[in-house]
Amino acid sequence: MGRVWTPRTKIILAGLIFGALGALAVNWGNPPNMGICVACFLRDIAGALKLHQASVVQYLRPEIMGFTLGAFITAFAFREWRPRGGASPVVRFVLGALVMIGALVFLGCPIRMLLRLAGGDLNGITALAGMIFGVLVGIFFLKRGFNLGRAVKIHPVAGWIIPLIMIGLLLFAILKPDFIAYSESGPGSMYVPLALGLGIGLLVGFMAQRTRLCSVGAWRDIFLVKDFYLISGIAAFFVAAIVTNYIVGNFGTEGIYHWGFAEQPVAHRDHLWNFFGMGLLGLAATQIGGCPLRNLVLSGEGDTDAGVTILGYLAGAAIAHNFLLASIPSGVGTWGPVAVILGWAFCIAIGFLMRERA
Amino acid sequence: MVEVDVRGFSCPVPVVRTKKAMEANPEEVLAVMVETAVSKENVSRLAKSQGYSVKVEEVSGEYRLTLTPRDS
Repeated sequence: MGRVWTPRTKIILAGLIFGALGALAVNWGNPPNMGICVACFLRDIAGALKLHQASVVQYLRPEIMGFTLGAFITAFAFREWRPRGGASPVVRFVLGALVMIGALVFLGCPIRMLLRLAGGDLNGITALAGMIFGVLVGIFFLKRGFNLGRAVKIHPVAGWIIPLIMIGLLLFAILKPDFIAYSESGPGSMYVPLALGLGIGLLVGFMAQRTRLCSVGAWRDIFLVKDFYLISGIAAFFVAAIVTNYIVGNFGTEGIYHWGFAEQPVAHRDHLWNFFGMGLLGLAATQIGGCPLRNLVLSGEGDTDAGVTILGYLAGAAIAHNFLLASIPSGVGTWGPVAVILGWAFCIAIGFLMRERA
Repeated sequence: MVEVDVRGFSCPVPVVRTKKAMEANPEEVLAVMVETAVSKENVSRLAKSQGYSVKVEEVSGEYRLTLTPRDS
């Protein structure tokens, strides 16, 4: 039995379960091709908290709280809870906001990008190419010595803040106080039952904490060190999602999906900005050191730098919708391309400037 | 022995620095200090793929990895 349970088989199993859940969550109530989207769901939370006023994307997604709290419980159970922080938090905040802006120009995080592809949306191809391009630019900087500095051990209370905020958000989701906004139409009005969403989040949080699953690191490790560990989990995720979509009939005559570029759910067809939007995400996430899911998991392990990154995601979501940077199904937002160009300029500037002298 | 202290760095800096040290000092034994279990796993996986044997010691909640090239 010992031979069967290698780290590789564990991450493949985690990827298979995650991918199947990501596909099924749509049939259980989440928006099409959005069974799980870490960026979109954080954006919905930002909307529910009225950090932005886009009325179609406001909902307290319990999956997000589950990711962090699942990792939090798991980190304690496996003695990996480690309160730490202080490695350029302000830079991480801005990079987190840029990750979110890039994601909302494409309309999806790297997880949803794969779910969109697994649901027939071929616009994910240019997004994937763009993200890999961004990761390669990030690797260029990493090899030249770019880093955000060392984190240090900090007071345990600091490590509890983000998990406590997640518990607070969960209480809001259960108690539904008046000041929380809920979409009455659009993607924000489509969701799985609260307990189910939380359960999916906790399970994925557990699996991602144990396997270190990361949807940006997976691509980075291939090119940086020819390491195929993380990508084997991501590949399993994609295969499971596509197979599940076929098994449950999502591609059938009565199904919700079809292959192609046109008329895909919650998607547009602007390939140029899909490429550079996800490219920005790939670059900024490589500089941060992980995808949005990975940072939610790390924030549950006591990593306050990851916690600041999450606050950056929420700020980025608010900025993206308040300033018309986010795309809509008819195309990119008015200022989306400008924001993406400025984001690239910022990432390239810190890539050159933030190098540790030998 | 070449010392590489990558404590506190987030992913993937420990791996990048260890790889650089390997390339700069081929055939030398490396002592890599890491802080988290994740970095321990990542550096170990890199070392094995580059033909090093790995010895892990836990020192007051941190890890000291001794990477020995197989040929030496």
